[in-house]
Amino acid sequence: MTTFFKELFKKVNRGPWPLIIVLGLLLVGTITVYQSPRSLSAFLTLLLCPMMLYFFQINTKVKIFIGLLLTIVIIPVIGIRNIFYLEVIFQMAVFAALALGLNIVIGMAGLLDLGYVAFYAVGAYTWAIFGSKQLSLLHSIPGAAPAGAPFALAPEWFWLFLFLGTGLAALAGILLGLPVLRLRGDYLAIVTLGFGEVIRVLALNLDKPINLTNGPQGITPIQRPPLPPDFILDPIRNVLAPIVGHEVTDAQLYNVFFYFLALLVIMAAILVARRLEDSRIGRAWTAIREDETAAIAMGIPLVKMKLAAFAAGASFAGMMGALYAANRTFVSPETFSFLQSIGVLTMVILGGLGSIPGVIFGAGAVVLLNIQILQNFSLYLSSLRQSDAVIPIINFAWKDLSNQLDPAKYQKLVFGIILVVMMIFRPSGLIPAERRQRELEKEDPDTSLEV
Amino acid sequence: MPILETTNVVKQFGGLVAVNRMNFTLEQGQIASIIGPNGAGKTTFFNTLTGIYKPEQGEITFNNHKLVGLRPDQVVEHGIARTFQNIRLFGSMTVIENILVGMHTQLKQRGTDALFRNSFFHKEEAEAEKAAKDLMRYVGLRNVGNALARNLPYGGQRRIEIARALAAKPILLLLDEPTAGMNPNETEEAIKLFRRIRDDKGITVLLIEHDMRVVMNISERISVMDYGEKIAEGTPADIRSNQRVIEAYLGRDAATEAQE
Repeated sequence: MTTFFKELFKKVNRGPWPLIIVLGLLLVGTITVYQSPRSLSAFLTLLLCPMMLYFFQINTKVKIFIGLLLTIVIIPVIGIRNIFYLEVIFQMAVFAALALGLNIVIGMAGLLDLGYVAFYAVGAYTWAIFGSKQLSLLHSIPGAAPAGAPFALAPEWFWLFLFLGTGLAALAGILLGLPVLRLRGDYLAIVTLGFGEVIRVLALNLDKPINLTNGPQGITPIQRPPLPPDFILDPIRNVLAPIVGHEVTDAQLYNVFFYFLALLVIMAAILVARRLEDSRIGRAWTAIREDETAAIAMGIPLVKMKLAAFAAGASFAGMMGALYAANRTFVSPETFSFLQSIGVLTMVILGGLGSIPGVIFGAGAVVLLNIQILQNFSLYLSSLRQSDAVIPIINFAWKDLSNQLDPAKYQKLVFGIILVVMMIFRPSGLIPAERRQRELEKEDPDTSLEV
Repeated sequence: MPILETTNVVKQFGGLVAVNRMNFTLEQGQIASIIGPNGAGKTTFFNTLTGIYKPEQGEITFNNHKLVGLRPDQVVEHGIARTFQNIRLFGSMTVIENILVGMHTQLKQRGTDALFRNSFFHKEEAEAEKAAKDLMRYVGLRNVGNALARNLPYGGQRRIEIARALAAKPILLLLDEPTAGMNPNETEEAIKLFRRIRDDKGITVLLIEHDMRVVMNISERISVMDYGEKIAEGTPADIRSNQRVIEAYLGRDAATEAQE
């Protein structure tokens, strides 16, 4: 099966074919999504385009051009036409940043962290508390908020808190790191799992004695950063309106705005992850993952490097957390459950531990599966249930199908199946990590590999 | 003034005294060996020297620094590098990367340098890569820089381990059974390499070794351990004729038999 695909890929990956396929996907995807904004297969076709763009051998400049065309022009336009797709892509970006962060901790440094979503919560609550009316409600009981309480800070403060959230999450990473430094493997996993729960329970219960988090009800409304000034937006509105066929509202512009912000964070995350990976620090992390005793005997300060891994991984989550809080204008402890940590872990393992393109792919695939494919399957089943259709041969009427069988509710099952199947068949993930190849001067060819 | 001096070093594991009142000195530029039967405490002694174990008693002075209580990475910074009895390479990293990890204490780049990829970072990485390639050639490896360390044959892996230890620019190199599992040819090569390390680089070399041909051939000084204690010390000729050493290795009866 895999060899078949490899052969096929090799055959196609030469001459003009890569460019033809990518442009074809781009064109067909764009047109079909534009024509029928509700079709899942059209959307998948479009998503295949960046994937093929990554895998095929195409001139780098052409690659960048097509990539920019797709991310800056096509997706926003399609997103304004069907806001749901922008939402899907935004979620992909959020989880890709989380997966990239977790990949530093697990994939590079080998520290199994099952409470990763806690750092996401730290970032989200940082802006949620300061960017909402919560600071004026510190002494009121949750749910009994007096009307007309003022916002504590102007929305412009978001930009500062984006970085403050990042920093606080990194600090939380170090705080978690300190007590668990001596632990390895399973023990580390259990403690981090506990830490994740501690943060969630804190968010749940810090509504008394002073009402910091508003408890299980969560904090809302949270302010969004202001949109760019009108002299930038007006031309965009004017250009877009005829293309999408209706007036472009501020709500839609906000979605595009957040999409671009998420894209920026992802870009930054990729850059940071790649640059750290290929440096003294990244090598030290890999060495620790491979053999802690040997690493320390090579002069690697274990404490410092592990804390650095926790802090770097957590900071990505913190930044995305703050962005997420502003995007949703609402945070509640429910968002930061253990299942979310497992979800991010699934993305990392599906894509490939330690592999940057891998975990981004993993994030995209799992998000798509969760909020698109499973949902669509649920819808399809319920439409069958309402029809008079009967399964032939066994003579089973669809309408007798139990309501309990709703694929959208089987996230946990799907995560579990993915984890088990990956561990058995492809433990290094769908896009395994590769070590950097260095240029070595050619030596006498006949002595190659002779040692 | 010896470069390494231990006085009364004791390392216990529960009731078991693995290293007992070890007094040991090493002169700068020497090639010395520690020999002894299995379980005599040789590797434990290495681990106490490198900070992996903390001795219950005693002092370790290296190059005028006290080592007891330092972390292993601090010991490396003071100039002691080591290899392991059972090869401990970073298997999924390339050969070059393994050697670059060995340079960890030598490189000065910080996280911010790596993030901003400034000229200092590029310069240091280029120099490190060149130094790593030189080291690879120095230990006799060719064209394998990009190979994963675990894919190299046994003898090659031993060489990477030595190159990785040399990358830390040590003053003292500790080799834990470096020729174990090698064929006679490879052993011959290895002995030459150890001599070169001392002669070219002036690095003091201390080996743990079981192969008597290697020990007698290369060592300028031999210390013999048994049951955690040093039972003899001297030149190869001294050790060869030492009654206690023969007993430790062959057993008392066999030793008397051999004498008769």
